[in-house]
Amino acid sequence: MTKEEAPVLLEVRGLAAKAGSAQILKGIDFTVRAGEVHAIMGPNGSGKSTLSKVLAGHPAYEVTAGTARFDGQDLLAMAAEDRARAGFFLSFQYPVEVPGVANAQFLRLAYNSIQGARGRDELDPLEFDDYVREKMKLLEMAPAFLDRSLNTGFSGGEKKRNEILQMALLEPRLAFLDETDSGLDIDALRVVANGVNTLRNDDNAVVLVTHYQRLLNYIVPDYVHVMDGGRLVKTGGKELAIELEARGYDWIQKSAA
Amino acid sequence: MEEQLSRAFLDSLLSGRPGSGNEPGGLKALRARALERANALSVPTTRHEDWRFTDLSPLYRLSLNAPGTSVPLTVADITQHLVPGVAARCVFVDGHYRDDLSENGLGTEFVTVVRTGGEDRKVEPDVLDEIGRIATFDEDPFVAVNTAWLSEVLVIHLPRGACLTGPVHCLFVNTQADVVTHPRVLLVAESGSDVTLLEDFVTVHDRAYCVNAVSEIAVGANARVRHIRLQRESRSAFHVATGAVAVARDGRYESNAIATGARISRHNLHVRQDGEGAHFSLDGLAMIAGRQLADTHSFVDHALAHGTSRQLHKCVVSGGAHGVFNGRILVRPGAQLTDSSQESRNLLLSGKAQIDTKPQLEIFADDVKCAHGAAVGQLEPEEVFYLRSRGLPESLARSVLTYAFAADVVDRIPVPSVVDHLRAMILERTGIQELA
Repeated sequence: MTKEEAPVLLEVRGLAAKAGSAQILKGIDFTVRAGEVHAIMGPNGSGKSTLSKVLAGHPAYEVTAGTARFDGQDLLAMAAEDRARAGFFLSFQYPVEVPGVANAQFLRLAYNSIQGARGRDELDPLEFDDYVREKMKLLEMAPAFLDRSLNTGFSGGEKKRNEILQMALLEPRLAFLDETDSGLDIDALRVVANGVNTLRNDDNAVVLVTHYQRLLNYIVPDYVHVMDGGRLVKTGGKELAIELEARGYDWIQKSAA
Repeated sequence: MEEQLSRAFLDSLLSGRPGSGNEPGGLKALRARALERANALSVPTTRHEDWRFTDLSPLYRLSLNAPGTSVPLTVADITQHLVPGVAARCVFVDGHYRDDLSENGLGTEFVTVVRTGGEDRKVEPDVLDEIGRIATFDEDPFVAVNTAWLSEVLVIHLPRGACLTGPVHCLFVNTQADVVTHPRVLLVAESGSDVTLLEDFVTVHDRAYCVNAVSEIAVGANARVRHIRLQRESRSAFHVATGAVAVARDGRYESNAIATGARISRHNLHVRQDGEGAHFSLDGLAMIAGRQLADTHSFVDHALAHGTSRQLHKCVVSGGAHGVFNGRILVRPGAQLTDSSQESRNLLLSGKAQIDTKPQLEIFADDVKCAHGAAVGQLEPEEVFYLRSRGLPESLARSVLTYAFAADVVDRIPVPSVVDHLRAMILERTGIQELA
């Protein structure tokens, strides 16, 4: 399952970051290889979402120490859009609503931005319409979603499906899914998980950032990391997630202290 | 000195007025009263509370005349402004109705032009009596001057229960510099009728002129009027307009006002509830740049119970432009169970751009729901980041969000071809080639 010889996609070393004066990440080390699924779990406020956003290039955070290499490049030196173009994808915990831009327009802009960067052909609206409808079947989304304004008035589950639809369109090498499972009912969770599993292959990797073990029944991780106080305090296999679900986070916090 | 300037300016607006003839109804007396008021009033300055941010002195310094001979126009010249599927098209060039450019499939009992000095028996006297009833001019010199003219009034009359499928399109084209026109529209929608009025102010040149427009709308019981207003004057022009609306019991008035043109524009929109259960929705967008100023003053008068109003006004201001919004909502004593909301959202795209926005709620009934909010700012960093995280360069992300901010208002317009046209215009203004 895990191939030690598979190429390294992401290598994070000693990463520390702050938002304003609050030091949130205090030294993160981890490595993701092609074909792997990782889960980062932890209590609220442990820094999970911050780690995703820092790696995606969110301007509200300042990196104070450490490095992150993505596919051999210095990820932290790149603009957010260049990280996306290089194949880094973040599924947002709270996708932004943009009334006034049709979902189809946005999806095509994103798709063409990435295609252009990869030296591939861009699609005109008609070509794109065929292409995106095919991808939407994977997420069991009705075509009506194309005409609605981006995420506007979407339910929580619809927004998350739309995020994974973007993942399907942009074909990233590494996808961070930030709390993609929170707020989903079990049917929506199954659809989203099935979508992610279908998109997985030996050349890409997925990092699931989650508070709950439930998602991991559907997308089975190779590694589970526990984050607390801005550090990864424990790493194990998928059994660790089950243990966390049964015992909570307290015992980790105590044993790490 | 100032008094003299005011007088000279108002006199210039009044000169060239046609004399009285056999005009129908009480129009003759109305014009005389309006002239009297126009002679007694002076023009507003920034010392008037209602004109604090809008300095019209560049207008007062212009030397304006009544229009002379228009540039010859054919339908081919205005093709870009035509809207498919209209119930009627009424084209005015430099203030004069042009039969050859218009198309009145409805017949003159629905749409007709009443001329000062002429005699038009096609319009019912009851309908003509509405002129000047809603658009009061006692305190407003611009409305007084417009009413003193009344040279060609477009009268749209929907009898009881009449429902039009396409909009009535009024196209006001200016072809001459240094002129002033006084467009006047009266729409009477009797009970149970349904009509969409599209007013579009355009030009074929980029020099200075002045448009002083008044639209008067009576919405009958349980009738619905949708009113789209596009102000796309030349960037050197001055545009002063008043919309005066009265809505009877359970009637609906829904307005979309878009302003992209004029050096200085002022839109007064007064909507009055004349019956219980009336509904208003007022959406506005000003998208301006350079040295433009766009001012919207709305006044929603909830005079009776069970009224509802919804208002969204947006300004997108770049360069050194200046957006002004004043949204007055009055809930009179006895207007119980009024449900009103107002939102003013403003986007500043440069350090020199300016916004003045002021909600003005006056509530004299105790069982009402009134919500209001005003926001002035730049694009949300979280939204910019979201688009960048999908590979859009920062400049494109910003343009797309600006486009969306404006398109959100445009999308509410109930005529699809107008939506498409305005969306294309906004795309061009925001410089997005990728969505074309």
